[in-house]
Amino acid sequence: MSALEVGRRIAERDVHLTRESLARYAEASGDLNPIHLRDDIATQNGLPGVIAHGMLTMGLAIQPVLDWLGGDPRRILDYQVRFTRMVPVDAVDGADVHVEAVVGSVGEPAGTRIDLTVTVGGSTVLGKAQVRVAP
Amino acid sequence: MPVNPDLAGRSYPPAPPYRVDRERVRQFADAVFSTSPLSRDVDAARAAGYADLVAPPTFAVVVQQGAWDQLMGDDDAGIELSRVLHGEQRFTQSRPIVAGDELTAALTVTGIRSVGGNTMVTAETVVSDADGAHVVTATSLLMVGADA
Repeated sequence: MSALEVGRRIAERDVHLTRESLARYAEASGDLNPIHLRDDIATQNGLPGVIAHGMLTMGLAIQPVLDWLGGDPRRILDYQVRFTRMVPVDAVDGADVHVEAVVGSVGEPAGTRIDLTVTVGGSTVLGKAQVRVAP
Repeated sequence: MPVNPDLAGRSYPPAPPYRVDRERVRQFADAVFSTSPLSRDVDAARAAGYADLVAPPTFAVVVQQGAWDQLMGDDDAGIELSRVLHGEQRFTQSRPIVAGDELTAALTVTGIRSVGGNTMVTAETVVSDADGAHVVTATSLLMVGADA
């Protein structure tokens, strides 16, 4: 990781979400809000249908960075996102999430900032998605 | 019921300690599409210098959830889950969470402001281990809609 320069893409990943992914995340996280599990309740709340947990999108979006760190989260100091767009997950087609991780800034003592671009169908779903990694 | 404008600065006592078990770490790792062996293989985690399986970076949401339940369960706060949208989330960590940790989570409302008809509530959950050492701070911006 010596030649880190701003703008360099360090990782990229595609994740296919299904309704089963949402049920699995609900159970693992304890977030049982039914708008992530049931279309009828989602539509009652003004949504097009079941949407992914924002925290699931946040949780999967950092995985390429974790891979880049050899699977070890020790150097991750800070991770933040804004939830800017909902991710509907179709009962048949699911949803395809694309993650790109690019070096945003380098230097001591703040470490390296990795900027994540997270898109579904070409639209960004997370804003200001940044990971700060210790030097 | 509107959000209580005096909520800023209010702290909630820590919920009973949450013990992180291996199965939950593995389950969470699967759920967030992690491929790290440190979340699945105890020997790999130990070889990397950890006491036990290492939780993925956003695992603190599991303990944050309990702290949120306290906030939403406080009738005086005026925050109903059905009117809440999660706007932002941040984790600032001192160390990764590992299986065997006994974590306590203490929530404080650090900010509150009105934007249009909505109320933006910033809630900071400080997660500490059994020795009282800081593990991670989970900060959330919650957007609470006006009464329907």
